[in-house]
Amino acid sequence: MKDIREDIAWAKINQDVLKSLENPRKLYWVILFAALSIFSVGVGCEIYQYNVGMGVENVNNPHVWGLYIATFIFWIGMSHSGTLLSAILHLMHADWRKPIYRFAEAMTTFSLMTAGLFVMVHIGRLWQFYYSLPYPNERGIWPNFQSPLLWDAMAIFTYLSSSILFLYVGMIPDLAIARDNIHAGWRKKLYTALSLGWEGTDRQWRNFRVTYLTIACFLIPLAVSVHSIVAGDFAMSQQPGWHVTSFPPYFVAGALYSGCAAIITLFIILRYVFRFEEYMTLPILKKTVRLTFAIAMVWTYLNAVEFASVWYSHDQASKDVLIQKATGPFAPFWWGMIFCGSVVPFVLSIKRFQTNIPVLFAVSLLLNLGMWLERWMIVAPTFSHGYYPWTWDHYQWPSIYAWGMVFASFGWFTLLFMIFCKVFPSVSMYEVKEMVYHRKLHAAKGGNNSQGAH
Amino acid sequence: MSQRHILALFNDFEEAEGAIRALRAAKIDGFNFDDLTLKSPIEHHEVEDILGERSAPVQRFTLVGALMGGLLGFFLISGAQANFYSQMKGGKPIVPFPPNFVLTYEMFILGGVFISILGFLICAGLPAKRSPLYSAKVSEDQIGILIKAEDKAIEKIKSVFVTFEALEIQEEAGK
Repeated sequence: MKDIREDIAWAKINQDVLKSLENPRKLYWVILFAALSIFSVGVGCEIYQYNVGMGVENVNNPHVWGLYIATFIFWIGMSHSGTLLSAILHLMHADWRKPIYRFAEAMTTFSLMTAGLFVMVHIGRLWQFYYSLPYPNERGIWPNFQSPLLWDAMAIFTYLSSSILFLYVGMIPDLAIARDNIHAGWRKKLYTALSLGWEGTDRQWRNFRVTYLTIACFLIPLAVSVHSIVAGDFAMSQQPGWHVTSFPPYFVAGALYSGCAAIITLFIILRYVFRFEEYMTLPILKKTVRLTFAIAMVWTYLNAVEFASVWYSHDQASKDVLIQKATGPFAPFWWGMIFCGSVVPFVLSIKRFQTNIPVLFAVSLLLNLGMWLERWMIVAPTFSHGYYPWTWDHYQWPSIYAWGMVFASFGWFTLLFMIFCKVFPSVSMYEVKEMVYHRKLHAAKGGNNSQGAH
Repeated sequence: MSQRHILALFNDFEEAEGAIRALRAAKIDGFNFDDLTLKSPIEHHEVEDILGERSAPVQRFTLVGALMGGLLGFFLISGAQANFYSQMKGGKPIVPFPPNFVLTYEMFILGGVFISILGFLICAGLPAKRSPLYSAKVSEDQIGILIKAEDKAIEKIKSVFVTFEALEIQEEAGK
């Protein structure tokens, strides 16, 4: 089966994608309303927490980090999918990524925005958010530049701003298409302003290509550094269960894993909601599924490495935390993580399920449930079972307000993402045209066109 | 002599390529080949074979941006750390290199990305005003050749376009 039909007319590509901006299926509005409602729950919880104080989170010593930080890491991880599809696969000339990389890039941006919210929510004192940024405070003393938490703030700022620019620059030719083809109104004004007068001249394309490639080259080490630094928040501490050398690659693999799973979920939703069946095809879904399975196995291996490192390290405190995870109050969640993260992905290895949309939708959600549990199982059990018995507290449970905010973050992300897909082209028109054009050329030269031009 | 613009639209890249080669070979008086601009809905790498190597100096901006970002990051942090009157180091290094490397690295990337974008805008001539002749068909599926030439060359250029089956020819009104 071909990734995409080579005989799709270029004008039709424009029409189909531009139609998605104005005329989605009714399910779009249902999702948008649901997302708004879910987000409202979180707003209510935050207002309550803001007024009453951080006590309502029900997280107290020794649990200094709770659901908020676990969810922060989850959303940072989710953001890595865009870099994988846009940058890594771009450099590898995997042209099947072209119809789906735009929404993956948008995912990156909105995941980071969602993650950023949790830092603020965790601080509690929203008006002092700027304390986490590297600047001298009122006593003229700079923050500790040797702390991974400060590196984190800097890395996330760099990643967020670079991702927004990467998303925007890659969209300029499509914004020009929208400018030329959409009727007068606010959209026309918006696209005219954002397309910067792009006309597709050879000079513009030449510089565009170099710029896109250059930023892609920057984004790959940046993405790796961001999650390595997040891993450093844990691994550079002395807490039992965290001081593990394999944490940075483990975090990066987990990030790519949850990102890929989310791509499958959103692929299925967008394909139906915006009638993108001709562009987000089953062979492309199959490739994404296989990639996800491969990353799932890497994650499973690194998980095993982490357990083995702790087990054979003869560090009794770390070993006790691991035993606590498997047998204590957190055991259902820890085993749930293992099941969702390492067992469920085997469904993806079965050929007939690789294009089965209902199965893939359910599996992708389970994978991300597993990945969320992974982050929670990194954060909470270590605090519950520290070095000294008098610091142990295995039964502290986050309040309903904390759960409400975690729940709402999915609404916030979905809200931003769905609005983006309605306002901006979520399929890259010019890249799909390139894909069709190169495959046609390749086929004309007698190549195997099911494999694409590359 | 006054100069005018002329835009021809072609159905596909091969026809446009043929027209460009013919224009280059014709050596028309009053037409400088560097004043030819190709407009297309997608990027054609092949265009460099016909138009000749035209520079894309974005990566020079990238290099400068990345170096400036890295240096700024390192010296900003080191400058803050070297303020040891307010930060007692207790015998530890005043400017510790390993942790500073992390922030220097992030600033290196940040500088590289920001200045690359700036370089892109400068090198691609963006934001730009709409050129004198433009067709929305170029953002759909047609290839455009925009030429700026003296009045006396326009007819000869037009005849080349017609030979290569241009779908449409737009001409700027004479001044």
